[in-house]
Amino acid sequence: MKLLTLNFLTCAIKTCKSSPLSFPLHPREVELEILETDYNAVFLRNILPRLEWEALRVLAGELGLPSLPESSPDVSSLSTSSEEDDSETPTQVAQDLHRLLLETCIKEGKLVCGCCGHEYAVKEGVANFLLPGHLV
Amino acid sequence: MPDYLVRLVQVHESFRKTELQSLADLNRVEIEFVKYAEDSPFCIVRLSDDAAARSVITRNILSYGIYELWGQGVDYDSLHASVKQMSPQIWAQYHKSPFRFTMDSYRGSRSMLEQFPIIESFAYLDFKGPVRVRDAEASFTIFEDYEHNGPSPKYLYLGRFVAASGRQAKTTYDLKKRHYISTTSMDAELALLTANIALAAPGKFFYDPFMGTGGFPLACAHYGAVVCGSDIDGRSIRGTGGSARRGQTGKKDVAMNFVQYGLQSRYLGGFVSDLTNTPLRIPTVESGAGYLDGIVCDPPYGIREGLKVLGHREKLEDFERQTHQDRFKEAGYIPPKRPYSFTAIQDDILAFASDTLVEGGRLSMWMPTANDEDVELVIPMHPCLELLSTCVQPFNKWSRRLLTYRRLPESEVSKDAMEYAKKEYEQGVKASELNDFRRKYFEGFREFEKSRQEGATSENFSEAKGLRGINKGNCSCN
Repeated sequence: MKLLTLNFLTCAIKTCKSSPLSFPLHPREVELEILETDYNAVFLRNILPRLEWEALRVLAGELGLPSLPESSPDVSSLSTSSEEDDSETPTQVAQDLHRLLLETCIKEGKLVCGCCGHEYAVKEGVANFLLPGHLV
Repeated sequence: MPDYLVRLVQVHESFRKTELQSLADLNRVEIEFVKYAEDSPFCIVRLSDDAAARSVITRNILSYGIYELWGQGVDYDSLHASVKQMSPQIWAQYHKSPFRFTMDSYRGSRSMLEQFPIIESFAYLDFKGPVRVRDAEASFTIFEDYEHNGPSPKYLYLGRFVAASGRQAKTTYDLKKRHYISTTSMDAELALLTANIALAAPGKFFYDPFMGTGGFPLACAHYGAVVCGSDIDGRSIRGTGGSARRGQTGKKDVAMNFVQYGLQSRYLGGFVSDLTNTPLRIPTVESGAGYLDGIVCDPPYGIREGLKVLGHREKLEDFERQTHQDRFKEAGYIPPKRPYSFTAIQDDILAFASDTLVEGGRLSMWMPTANDEDVELVIPMHPCLELLSTCVQPFNKWSRRLLTYRRLPESEVSKDAMEYAKKEYEQGVKASELNDFRRKYFEGFREFEKSRQEGATSENFSEAKGLRGINKGNCSCN
């Protein structure tokens, strides 16, 4: 699963959802892999304002990835347009975000809720959010 | 604004207008339906120009192409009169272009020998360019519309070709050629159609909460959306349950399907989860608006695929609860699931969509219904969602509907409506008690049969219910 997905995932336990501690989930013992993908400028522009930036910073920090700026970059800072041929080139910020959100994937490991401590396993890139019998 | 002729296909009739309207909405062009009938493949629309026509048709699944309308009439005399009256001022544009003429006879045919004099009869258009069968700059088609077994056409059109549809995607995504499918995979044509109606497009983020082998996310990714999905059955995502294809062995999973079509860069991933205990973040008033541009899904009907959620049929005893607590970390532990109410899951989907969709985002959801019900069909509603369209795919004794909703902007949501009454859902522990559709299905739609026998003839009954084109050979269900 690509790291962007984690920006939309919290603990599945209903009582945890109201607690700010349940988001983001914390990766533990994870194995990351990089799957190179085409740069998707229009998607990055659309999704950037919908991200929980602080959660993304926490995630990058916990995974030991290069740290992110303190506040979300502006959509306009994602590309520089050249005067000559009207083409747009992604800036370094945009390339870094693309690398982090859409190329870095969790292959194996656990996602842990900061509120209740429940661990969700990730196997072969597929996270399992089914709750055991006593938690439903 | 000029008139254009859309050459539709004569299948899934009730979806055709909705698809055209959706693609017009997506491209922000005005479309006006001048002439449309369910039993005809010829539809006349009004659009601003060729560019608008092209934008509406290039992704369209239920048509072959769009033509600028040059004339129409009940016979050739009136067609010629109409051509002469409607478009002499634009003939001149094509006087020197390489051109071609073809004929398209619906429910009829013309041999090459018959076609020749008909085409020649348009000689007054005075085209002086060379005739080109391939790569003609101006391509004209004479459309003939016959009655069933009729001796001569009942209506005629002349059109200049503007753009072909995106119908070939149906062949590309054909389930027969897909590496990994399951017994309930949605037909490629309908999945693509759903993605079109839900406005999947580049830059958008789509989600399918009942993904199975990923048919809907694939269709949305084909149109450029970035997608993710989930399913309560992890085996279908990981491919550990095996393929539904006879004789197929070896590991196949959803990710491989995306690789097959070169769409892996748009696949965020799948996860195992239950919609009633979703791990997706539910935005609150403080945390801001939704983040999904679209939700497309075909929820389980409880026939082939069980309609289940996490939980227990009966309340757990303390010692049972303790056993779960002691053992849930073991490798082979399987979380317990219980059958769920058919109407409740639909309302849950609507509530989820209302929370997570961006303003203007769409939910497209399939819903099966028995054809027997004398009671008014209940379509699930939510105060934050506006029902845009209902398209019906009829089978023999049941049919399924594609319901499409739009997330209203916060300013348009009526505040009183938010305090709507809590609904009563089916009670019980067994699947059939919770799912009326399932009960009727396994009873063989007895009530339907009864009312059919009581009615004068089955044909009258079908007509009364609006069930034309009943297709017995196409009864897949979920």
